Amino acid sequence: MSGVQQFLSHFFITGPFEIGGDVSIGLVSIAILFILTRYKLWGWLWREWLTSVDHKKIGIMYLLAALLMLFRGGVDALMIRTQLAIPGNSFLQAEHYDQIFTTHGTIMILFMAMPFIFAMMNIVVPLQIGARDVAFPYLNAISFWLFFFGAMLLNISFVIGGSPDAGWVNYPPLAELRFSPGPGDNFYLLSIMISGIGSVATGINFLVTILKMRAPGMTLMRMPMFSWAILATCIDIIFAFPALTIALGLEFMDRMFGAHFFTVSGGGNPMMYVNLFWMWGHPEVYIVILPAFGIFSEIVPTFARKKLFGYTAMVTSLLLIAIISYFVWLHHFFTMGAGADVNTFFAIASMFVAIPTGVKVFNWLFTMYRGRIRTTIPMLWFLAFVPNFAIGGATGVMLAAAPADYQYHNSYFLVAHFHQVLIGGVVYGMLAGMYYWWPKMFGILLEEKWAKWGYWFFNIGFYVCFMPQYPLGLMGMTRRMYTYPAGMGWTTLNQISTVGAFIMGLGFIFIVWGIVTSILHPVKDTTGDPWDARTLEWSLPSPAPHYNFARIPQIEGRDAWWAMKQKGLTKLDDSTPIVPIHMPKSSGKPFIMGVLFFVAGFGFVFNWFILAALGMVGVVILLFSRSFEYDTDYYVPVDEVKHTEALYGRS
Amino acid sequence: MAVDAHHAGHAVDHSKPLELSTEEGELKILGFWFFLAQDMILFACLFATYIIMHNHTAGGPTSMQLFDVPGFVAETLILLTSSFTYGLATFEMRRNRLKGMITWMVITALLGMSFVGLEVNEFIHYATTGAMISRSGFLSAFFTLVGTHGAHVTLGIFWMISIMVQLYKKGLNPVTARKAFIVGLYWHFLDIVWVFIFSVVYLPGVMK
Amino acid sequence: MKRLKSPRKLGRWLLLGAASALLLTGCSPQQFSVLNPAGPVASSELQLIILSGVLVLVVVAFVIVLLAFIVGRYREKPNNNAPYTPEWSESRSLEIIWWAIPIVIVVVLGIFTGIKTFSLTRPPEATSNPMIVQVQSLDWKWLFQYPGQKIATLNYLEIPTGQPIEFVLTSNAPMNSFWIPQLGGMEMTMPGMQMRLWLQADKTGVYEGRGANFTGTGFAHMTFNVKAVPMATFTQWVSQVQSSKPALTNAEYQTLVKPGLAGVKEYSSYPANLFMKVVMKDNGGQKPMGLNGGM
Repeated sequence: MSGVQQFLSHFFITGPFEIGGDVSIGLVSIAILFILTRYKLWGWLWREWLTSVDHKKIGIMYLLAALLMLFRGGVDALMIRTQLAIPGNSFLQAEHYDQIFTTHGTIMILFMAMPFIFAMMNIVVPLQIGARDVAFPYLNAISFWLFFFGAMLLNISFVIGGSPDAGWVNYPPLAELRFSPGPGDNFYLLSIMISGIGSVATGINFLVTILKMRAPGMTLMRMPMFSWAILATCIDIIFAFPALTIALGLEFMDRMFGAHFFTVSGGGNPMMYVNLFWMWGHPEVYIVILPAFGIFSEIVPTFARKKLFGYTAMVTSLLLIAIISYFVWLHHFFTMGAGADVNTFFAIASMFVAIPTGVKVFNWLFTMYRGRIRTTIPMLWFLAFVPNFAIGGATGVMLAAAPADYQYHNSYFLVAHFHQVLIGGVVYGMLAGMYYWWPKMFGILLEEKWAKWGYWFFNIGFYVCFMPQYPLGLMGMTRRMYTYPAGMGWTTLNQISTVGAFIMGLGFIFIVWGIVTSILHPVKDTTGDPWDARTLEWSLPSPAPHYNFARIPQIEGRDAWWAMKQKGLTKLDDSTPIVPIHMPKSSGKPFIMGVLFFVAGFGFVFNWFILAALGMVGVVILLFSRSFEYDTDYYVPVDEVKHTEALYGRS
Repeated sequence: MAVDAHHAGHAVDHSKPLELSTEEGELKILGFWFFLAQDMILFACLFATYIIMHNHTAGGPTSMQLFDVPGFVAETLILLTSSFTYGLATFEMRRNRLKGMITWMVITALLGMSFVGLEVNEFIHYATTGAMISRSGFLSAFFTLVGTHGAHVTLGIFWMISIMVQLYKKGLNPVTARKAFIVGLYWHFLDIVWVFIFSVVYLPGVMK
Repeated sequence: MKRLKSPRKLGRWLLLGAASALLLTGCSPQQFSVLNPAGPVASSELQLIILSGVLVLVVVAFVIVLLAFIVGRYREKPNNNAPYTPEWSESRSLEIIWWAIPIVIVVVLGIFTGIKTFSLTRPPEATSNPMIVQVQSLDWKWLFQYPGQKIATLNYLEIPTGQPIEFVLTSNAPMNSFWIPQLGGMEMTMPGMQMRLWLQADKTGVYEGRGANFTGTGFAHMTFNVKAVPMATFTQWVSQVQSSKPALTNAEYQTLVKPGLAGVKEYSSYPANLFMKVVMKDNGGQKPMGLNGGM
């Protein structure tokens, strides 16, 4: 009996925060179950969402998940800042603090930034290039559910078994069994490996989509810049993620089967992990920032009412950044004893990234120059991005100077830098994209009042939170300290930073409230082109019909929709006859596959190999059963297409 | 369905090989090439790890003491032959001869099985002499690299069998041809990886 | 060292600016340890910090001013007479400018970075007689051995001023990072490897040192004081430790290796070959890595 008790007390973590977590998870789950049952929504949920292979719906699910994870990671951040608000604080113990900053980093990079960019590319790319779906819609659904269940696996670690606590980079030997014996690190490894499979599949999927499924006439050099950014991103994903898979896979072998890749005994070499991790880790930074660049390259011309300045240079710089990103990984550990020659090479390579990035900034500025700038919400986020990213990029160049980095490394100077580029770059970019394409996703406009409050709070909060962290770094404060003594001179700056974090938290609440009020009091987007924009997705009604284009348009130049409008068109050419449209069928298998991966992952986490094997066998059976499935698609009849188009007032 | 040639956007282009004759076939084959590219990087990372770990024997057995020359030479010959026989299956597919195609696929699968059998045997033999994955960094890297390849081959065999069943049931059409072609790409890729294993792991492992 | 004067002045000026900005927050300039070098290594790194800071500041200021100007002038408002050229999207000469200027900046900074990176692998001042300190990071304490003096200290370091010191670093715990901001930048301590870091104190004083790479629950407490004293005082201290302090026994070392916190201690001797045994035990019987390339 006591054995059972002991097991349960290890399985379910008991502490004030965890019980709070348990209770809130329980309450939210009950509320969701109640609503679904009360309003008889189970069938709707299953048919319209869980089994959907429609890129637009998958994109919306990614978006929802990203916002939820932004909330979870944000709560982590507020707990971190609360703990650091006063010296010697006892709000959190070291064990807790370590878990919280680890999940904060992991969630924000892998389960917030990644799904956010996947949301944007899913929603926009097929519409923008004139395609009816992605190349592999079924695989696309699998990618989403692997991401989703991977994220769930990491999130339940908070209440079951204990969260990982070795930092989001999970360096061995700290993350090895000897120093981290619990299941926490297994959660980290399994959740990222599962969602990582989905990420690679997405990379392949969109690369093929962009290369092969563009509308006739849309050559690569006529492609909208966001699609170019996604093309570069996908190349980075395909060539970077395998290194992460191997780094985590080998650590998994160490922890599960007693291998000696990164252990400090038996001939292991922890430095190998560090190399493999950052061979993925640095391109990963560009995987999340390039889509943000793409989004800004769409927003700026639209709201400056002017052609994008220097299209060719924009494409060149995108590809240069994507390529240089593979030659800079060592700057994450200049202080790990590489020779002066190696450090110098990576230092200079890292500085070179600033050149194409700087070119992009100037091209955006000169897109606005002699334009007519409308300060809509998406444009406001761009205007906030520029100074923020300029400062973050500048401190990045400072960090790239290796000998100077010896003084910044692992200090709050570094923390401030990467938050500035990741929030000021990626989060601002994704929020801008969300506001910009919101009418296209849902057919309603977002209100502006709360959105503006959110914008100002988030922005001011950002500077209040992170600017004090640069001087803190120069005062010798290192990251991942759960406490610090009084008398270091760090107290006031930390307090300011904490206040800033809460201002950002308020900003987030305003942003969400703005979304909620817009949904409660919808203002319909009747035109399909509320911003008077330039690219093909705005030629469609909002939200786009499930087959996207009743007729695939013929493209004659850049900014295809703008060109058509210049010719006086108000909708796509509808003179050609409609033919039956070939579409993929919905399928529950991707969802079930996610569940099975979750089961297998959960089994591995607790070393319950029978459960893990059952999950994996299930996955394999599902793969083969899909292979034998031939009835996977159907045709939308002409009458139905005509009927749908008529509902939108088109023919 | 894909064989339905009546609708625009999903037509069969008879001037191309069967597996590439539909848009779906083209997309999936291109996608599979990208998959192979990422798999290649995956193996490259494993190879790099192995090269670093080769001498990290921690007092345990070295590759010199462990590797059995006739064993890995036999594995190599069998796998190379199987790649060739799959090539013959593709050749038969091009000439639209289903029976010959399936025959060569059966032979390929059998060769694959004997390769996996030999490899399992090799691993068991090492393990009984105490050379387990947990013995040293070198053995961890060896078993993981060669084992990952072996797992790929095993999956490939099951996959090939399922495609044979589909070919038998549905005959040759753009869909089955595409599936058979993709398994072939996969199989040849594994063959190439093995060539690297042979020349990075086994050959230097037994040379002074 | 005369050439260094002007960047130092600039550094003080910047410091003054930062100090006045932070006056209200109650921070004193002395607490900016990175900006208050007490030795040649930290000074040399500060020069690069200032150089890179000034270079990027120019660019950032320019971008922000340009942004403000453009947004101010070209906003869509009634009666805006500013030129509007919706189709203008190419200018070879403009693009050449903003490709070329960053390249120049990067090349300048890159050259200085390269020079400094190489120079920091050498002793800060020519010396025929460098002092060696062997550093081990443990869970969660720092053990320092003085092979020349045959003494050891725990969580405390005493060094002579004006003397280049070669720190040789390893870890008998997860990897950490050895950082004394006022003396110079950090270097990681890695199990199974030995790394090298040259530092030197020119001024007497007590400097804060700390671990900079996360190693678990006790990490935040891995701090130590570095006391820099004149050579004569140092010699005196050494002989006092040699004569009056206990020896570090193998048994005591084993208790130190166990996770936990500990106070300051001094030892008159330590087990023979302790450092190399720690390095060798974790590297799978290979030749020790690190020193050959170590910075």
